[in-house]
Parts: sequence; structure tokens; C-alpha cells
Amino acid sequence: MIIVMNFSEYLKGVILLKNSKFAWLLSLLLVVALFLAACGGDKEEGTETTKDTEDTDATTEEVATDEEQVLNLIMNAEIPTMDSALVTDAVGFDLLNNVNEGLYRLNQDNVAEPAISEGEPTVSEDGLVYTFTLRDANWSDGSPVTANDFEFAWKRAMNPDTASEYGPYMMDGVIKNATAIMEGSMEYTELGVKALDEKTLEVTLEKPTPYFLSLMSFGTFLPQKEEFVTAQGENYAKNSEAVLYNGPFTLANWDGTGLSWQLLKNEEYWDKDTVKLTEINYDVVKEPGTGVNLYSEGQKDKAPLTGEFAMQYAADPELIHESETSVFYFKYNQERLGEKTPLANVNIREAISKAFNKQDLVDVVLANGSVPANYLIPKDFTFDADANDFRDVNGDMAEFNADEAKAAFETGLSELGVSELTIELLNGDTESAKKTGEYLKNQLETNLPGLTVKLKEVPFNVRLDLDTNQDYEMQIAGWGPDYQDPYTFMNLWLTGGGNNQMSYSNPEYDKLVSSSVNELALDPEARWQALADAEKILIDEDFGIGPIYQRGLMHLQKPYVKGIVAHPFGGDYSYKWAYIEGKN
Amino acid sequence: MTKYIIRRIVYMFITLFLIASATFFLMKALPGSPISSASKLPPSQLAVVEAKYGLDQPVPVQYAKYMLNLAKGDLGNSFQFKNASVTDLIMNRLGPSVLIGSQGLILGVAIGILLGMIAALRQNTIWDYGSTLIAIIGISIPSFVFATLLQYWLGVKWGLLPVALWKDGWMSSILPSIALAMGPLATASRFIRTEMIEVISSDYITLAKSKGASGFEIAFKHAFRNALIPLITVLGPLAAGLLTGSLVIEQIFAIPGIGEQFVKAIVSNDFSIIMGTTIFYSVFLIVIIFVVDVLYGIVDPRIRLSGGSK
Repeated sequence: MIIVMNFSEYLKGVILLKNSKFAWLLSLLLVVALFLAACGGDKEEGTETTKDTEDTDATTEEVATDEEQVLNLIMNAEIPTMDSALVTDAVGFDLLNNVNEGLYRLNQDNVAEPAISEGEPTVSEDGLVYTFTLRDANWSDGSPVTANDFEFAWKRAMNPDTASEYGPYMMDGVIKNATAIMEGSMEYTELGVKALDEKTLEVTLEKPTPYFLSLMSFGTFLPQKEEFVTAQGENYAKNSEAVLYNGPFTLANWDGTGLSWQLLKNEEYWDKDTVKLTEINYDVVKEPGTGVNLYSEGQKDKAPLTGEFAMQYAADPELIHESETSVFYFKYNQERLGEKTPLANVNIREAISKAFNKQDLVDVVLANGSVPANYLIPKDFTFDADANDFRDVNGDMAEFNADEAKAAFETGLSELGVSELTIELLNGDTESAKKTGEYLKNQLETNLPGLTVKLKEVPFNVRLDLDTNQDYEMQIAGWGPDYQDPYTFMNLWLTGGGNNQMSYSNPEYDKLVSSSVNELALDPEARWQALADAEKILIDEDFGIGPIYQRGLMHLQKPYVKGIVAHPFGGDYSYKWAYIEGKN
Repeated sequence: MTKYIIRRIVYMFITLFLIASATFFLMKALPGSPISSASKLPPSQLAVVEAKYGLDQPVPVQYAKYMLNLAKGDLGNSFQFKNASVTDLIMNRLGPSVLIGSQGLILGVAIGILLGMIAALRQNTIWDYGSTLIAIIGISIPSFVFATLLQYWLGVKWGLLPVALWKDGWMSSILPSIALAMGPLATASRFIRTEMIEVISSDYITLAKSKGASGFEIAFKHAFRNALIPLITVLGPLAAGLLTGSLVIEQIFAIPGIGEQFVKAIVSNDFSIIMGTTIFYSVFLIVIIFVVDVLYGIVDPRIRLSGGSK
């Protein structure tokens, strides 16, 4: 603002002085002076900073004192909100997981373990009523965390006035009466959660839910202190002062929309002795190259790498892989706008599912740590009681096999009574989506003679629209889990399911998947088997979808950063156990 | 003059009204929903959320409401930043954008003028070719390439200036301003050079010479002022372009500016921020064009501003 005024005043001054021949000279001098000042300033500051770093280097070499427990991180987006009832995005869930704590928390092995809940809850015989006893824990203002804080927060998330998106989404069909409240036939105060006394919380479920305890670590089920929320009113969670914290850290210096904030160790946290970091400094950096520059300059301790940067740093000793739990696959639409598509033919679907080399795709095209997916339920995501990965139970399906693909395609073509086929492939329009699309088109056309793939690349919102209207033939889609159970993926393809949008329907599949949340809900082994069988039907018999890859992430991380835990759902990371060692 | 200005101001409001209306309806035609998990929600719950934000009403009703609020100066609340006021958001983010934009403009235009004059006065010499070369580089290489190079060499390699982030006060603004300056620098130097050459060969300069005016006096007093007129014409769009076009630069240097926010809003269908920023940009551009028109009259006495002549 000031500069703009100065500029116009400067122009005005020039004009007023128009009779003086020195006017222009003066103004030019001003401009030159400004430029020189800018350059001069650079140099001065520059030498200062270089000297500073030299100094600190020299001193730190000699003095090995206690290490500063400070972590400097990059975030790729702003915090949209810190209200656990309103949060819907990765950044929000990630921060909430570090500044707040629910009944349960994911531990270092990604198993949900009691947190604010003092030990395991007592569960009624029918698996419907959970009674939690809360441990002695405090909010950051020193007041105790009570059972009412949970009751209030959950009911608030179901209150239509709050207009929460994730509240109803997560509670629907799980917490008693949530579905009826959502449909408007019941008041939100009827939700099946009740504070029996200060430290006892009773939760009633709609039906036995095997993954209920892992849900208790999810952001939507965090507590909120009623008096505080009511007192803040509209202002609640709009900046770091307008929220209370009961987790390992507190949020500071966040103005609500800004690009930087801090996490500070929460001295009121019940398990504060475990927390070693005193400070985490965040800056939002959306440009991957900038993140890498800040990392190599030493301002940041961790930087995410996208495709091209991942290749560039492939041999770097500071490169780390993190497997994510998002899976990408072909959705085969069997009925476009009410009309059958060629993809209604199971042989055509089989042919496409097996006709592309997934290993080359992840190694050469994506090169970001992704792995080939011959499955729907991701690796390193869900485990049975003996900590066996679900993936080890069910193995690989629909693997790349050009010969089988070709044979299936020929059968499919003759069944359809055609000699060649053109299929439209709907895809996103980001750089990496385009590269993936090109590669898959090439693979399919090479391995399936007679097939032409037409790429249709559109922005994300357009793709969602086309998906909702079922106006596409084949698309590359992906899904990330909302809770730690195969059901979060398997329920997508139930007949008439809200996210099916491709007319896939198999009564046998429906039966198996529904049984996992109904009659088999309390029988973990049979349930696991039912879900495994259902996955086989979906991918290896019906070829309802064609799995492509499980996304991975690559980061540069300084070797002195230890103990950051990456999670498969909910908040991405926990810093509760992180620490700095060997920096000096 | 007063009459002219009043008329222009009335026109400015009409223009703004039309822009706001057009943007509103175009935005409503965008696919997708500002509700981030719309695809996950069952219809009954989606309806609840939409009702909360007034999205359940017919578009004309939404339009009328929006325009009424706008007239009161209320730009509404953001969708992506749950319940944050759009006015606050723009105001919080305005400072950095204006700072790097105006510094870039002043720096670019000042150096551009110098280069252009040198080129014109030393026509067809090495000075001229050098200045032309700089201008071509400035026009043909996009600012984000400069930004990346500056960041890498001055920031990472030589450690002279902050690599990115808005943390070291004015120092943080230097590299982005230089990156932004390249475009205006090139434009200004080309305009000044062409005009100066034309002006220098005109009769009144010959007259001034014959009267014994010094070369310096001719260049700065007589020639330069006339050569400046076309530059003022492009100054308006140039300034608007810098403010609105700085989004890539803001992203590269991780600056909490307004341009960066604008793109994110469009991608996430954040109606209120799209409207807010569009209106803000329009006001900016309209005012700049107005100021430039008024400036004409001052710089070039041949142009007289009066009602009806426009």
C-alpha cells in the first residue's frame, strides 16, 4: 500500500517540478539510488548471513551440548480449520492428531491403543455398548478432560446447525441413531453417546462394529470442551488461541489462514514425559522445488519429493520411502447413462486388467515409491489379531499377463460380435495423471490388438461430476481409507452403493461384504475370510475393477530426525515419539 | 474535468456490477461443489450442509442475496477455510502481493526506461544491441524460470538472500520482486526506445538543437517526456498483470499472497473467495485504468479531458 502511494506521489512530484530541468534527473537518480540500495542491501545482508553460519558451525563443532529438540517441517497446504467437527482434509486431520487426543491413539506400530481411555473399555456381550473409563488428563488450560467433552463434541458433529461433513459420514451406521438423525427423523441429542459421570463414557452402537476402536483414534471423535466452545461461539477454532488442546502438542501462531504456524510441547499432556520435541515449525510450501531448496539449505528437516525430484534424488542417502494406503485402479463402467458398455463383458474387463505392466509403471513413469497393486486392500494397512497383514492372507490377483489378456480379449470381442473396440479412458489432468494415462493407453493398445483407447483428461471436479452421473466408460480412480478395516474399501462396490457408480453388482459379493458388518461382526476369523473371498470375487472373478498401483511417497529427511511415525489413515504423522539426535 | 471524473466513476460501478454478475453465473456453471466431501455424503446430509450455506436455494435467489451483501461490503465466508471471512482473508494476504508487485513494477520500469533511453541515444551501437538482448530475454523467458534460477543461485548456492518464505522482512521480498521486474523491464525498454528514436528525429528537437540546447537537456526535458506517453498507456495493464500474475512467483517463494489463494479457490469451488478476489482484482484494474487516463492529461497537454470527448 505504502509503496503504491509513494509511487504516485513521486509521479506527482515529478509533474509539479516539470519546469525544472533537474526534475527528470532527480527522478532518475532516485530510481538508480533505489536500485543500488537494494543491491547494496543484498550484499551486506549476504555477508552477514554467511558469517553467521560459519560462526555457528565453528562453535557447534566444539561444544556438544544437549540437542535442541526442534523440528522444521513443510506442509503442502494451509490449515482449513482446527474444529474437529468440521475438518475434512489431510492437513487438518494431521494436526488434530498431534494437538488433541481421543479415546484411542494409533501407536508406533499403527495399532490403536487406549489414550484418554484408561485401558480397554468394557463391552456388552452383544458388542453394542462400550463403557470407557477416562484417565486423568487435562486440557491445555489446566481443566480436566471429562466424559461430557466427548458427548458434547460428537453430538455437536451431528447437530445440523454445525453442518459437519465428516461427523455424519463417520457415525452413520456405527453410533446408535446417527442414521436417523441424519435423515432428520430424530434429534441430534438422541445420539448413542452418554457421559455417565465425569470419567465414564457410554457409547451405544447401531450394530456390532469390529473396527470401532480404531475409529476412536480418528479426528472426528476427538473431545471438545463445552464451556470453551460455547464461549468462543462463531470464533471457535478460527485461530490457535480459539482452540483447546489435550494432545502431545499445542498449536501456536496460527492466524487462521496463514502459511506458517508452530506446535509447542503441551505441558498439560498426561504423557508429556514421552514427548521429546519442544517445538515444530511449519511453513506451507506448495512448490516441490522450493521445498527441496529449503531442505538443502538446512532450513527444513524434511521435504516431500514428487516424480521428477524423486528420480533426481533416487540415490540420495537421505531419501526415505513411505508407503501410503491409497490404491488406484480402473473403474469399469458397465452401464453408461443407462446403456450397456463393452465393459459389461467380463472377458473384456479381464483382458484390460491383465494387459499392462504395473512394475514398469511404478518404476519408470511414477517413480515416486508407488508399488504395483494386484489387490484392492492395500499393503501395510490392516492386520489380524496376530498382526498378519491382510495382504498376506489373500495374495496377488489379476497380475500382468499379456498372453492371458490377449486370449480373454479375443473371446470378449467374439462374444460382442465385433473385431475391434474403442474405449474412452477418463483421467485427471495433472502432470503425473497424464503421464500415467499415456503409458496405460500405450500398454493396452500394444497388448490388446484391436483396442483403441481414447484419453479424456479433465479437472478433478469434472471427473467427479462425470462419475456421479455415470457418464464415462473407464476411468483411473483412487480411494484412501477412512478407518482401519478392509470394509472401508469393500463397501464401495456393494450393489447400488453411493460410490459404485459403475453398475457393478454381484449378490455373492454383497452377501460376503454385508456379513462382515452383520452376522460375522463378532467372529474376526470368519469375517476376515469373508472379506478375502469377496476381494477375490471382485478382482479375480468378476474383474469389476482393475487395480493399478498403491501410491507411495518419497521424502528427503535429515538423518538426525528420528521417530516420526507415519499412519495409514486419519492423521498422516505422529510426532509424539519423534526426536532429534546427532544434529550437532 | 469534475464532470468527467464523476461520469467515469459511475461507469466504474456499472462495470464492476457487470463483472460481479458475470462471474457469479459463470462460477455457478462450474462443475463440482464447494463442499469438500460432497461425493462421500449421502444426499440427506449433503442437503443439510448445503442449506447451512444457502446453496439449496435457486441460483437467482443466491445471486440477489450475494449482490445485496456485496453492496453492504460483505464478501461472505470462505468454504475451504471453514467460516473465515473473505474480507479478512484478502486483507491478510494483500500486503505481500502489493509489496512484491509494486517493487517489481518500479524496479522493472525504472531500469527499463534507462535501458530504453540508452538504446535510443546510442542507436545501432553495442549499447543498443545489449539493451535489445536484455529485453528479448525478459519477454521470452517466463518469470518463474527467473524465479527458480534466482532462488537456486542467490539463495541456495551463494546464500545471499532468503531462499523462500516470508520471514526475513523486506529481505524476503527482494528475489520475488526481481523475478517480477523482468517483464515490465523488457516492455518499458522497448516502448521507450521506439518512442525516443521517433521523437529525437522530430522537428521540435531539431529546433531545440538549433537553439543551442545541450544534448542532455534535449534528451531529458524534451524527448523523454513525450516518449513516456505510450509507456503510461501500458502501465495500467502492466500493474494489474503484476498483481494478478504474481501467483506463480508467490507459489515458488511460498509467499502468503493473494494470487496463490485465487487459484486454489477456483480448484476447490470456493465461490466466496473466487467472487471476492475477482471483484478485488476488477476494482484494482478499473481504478488503474482511470488513473492512467487522468495521468494522460497531465503528461500530454494535447489530450484534454472533458465530458463527452471520450
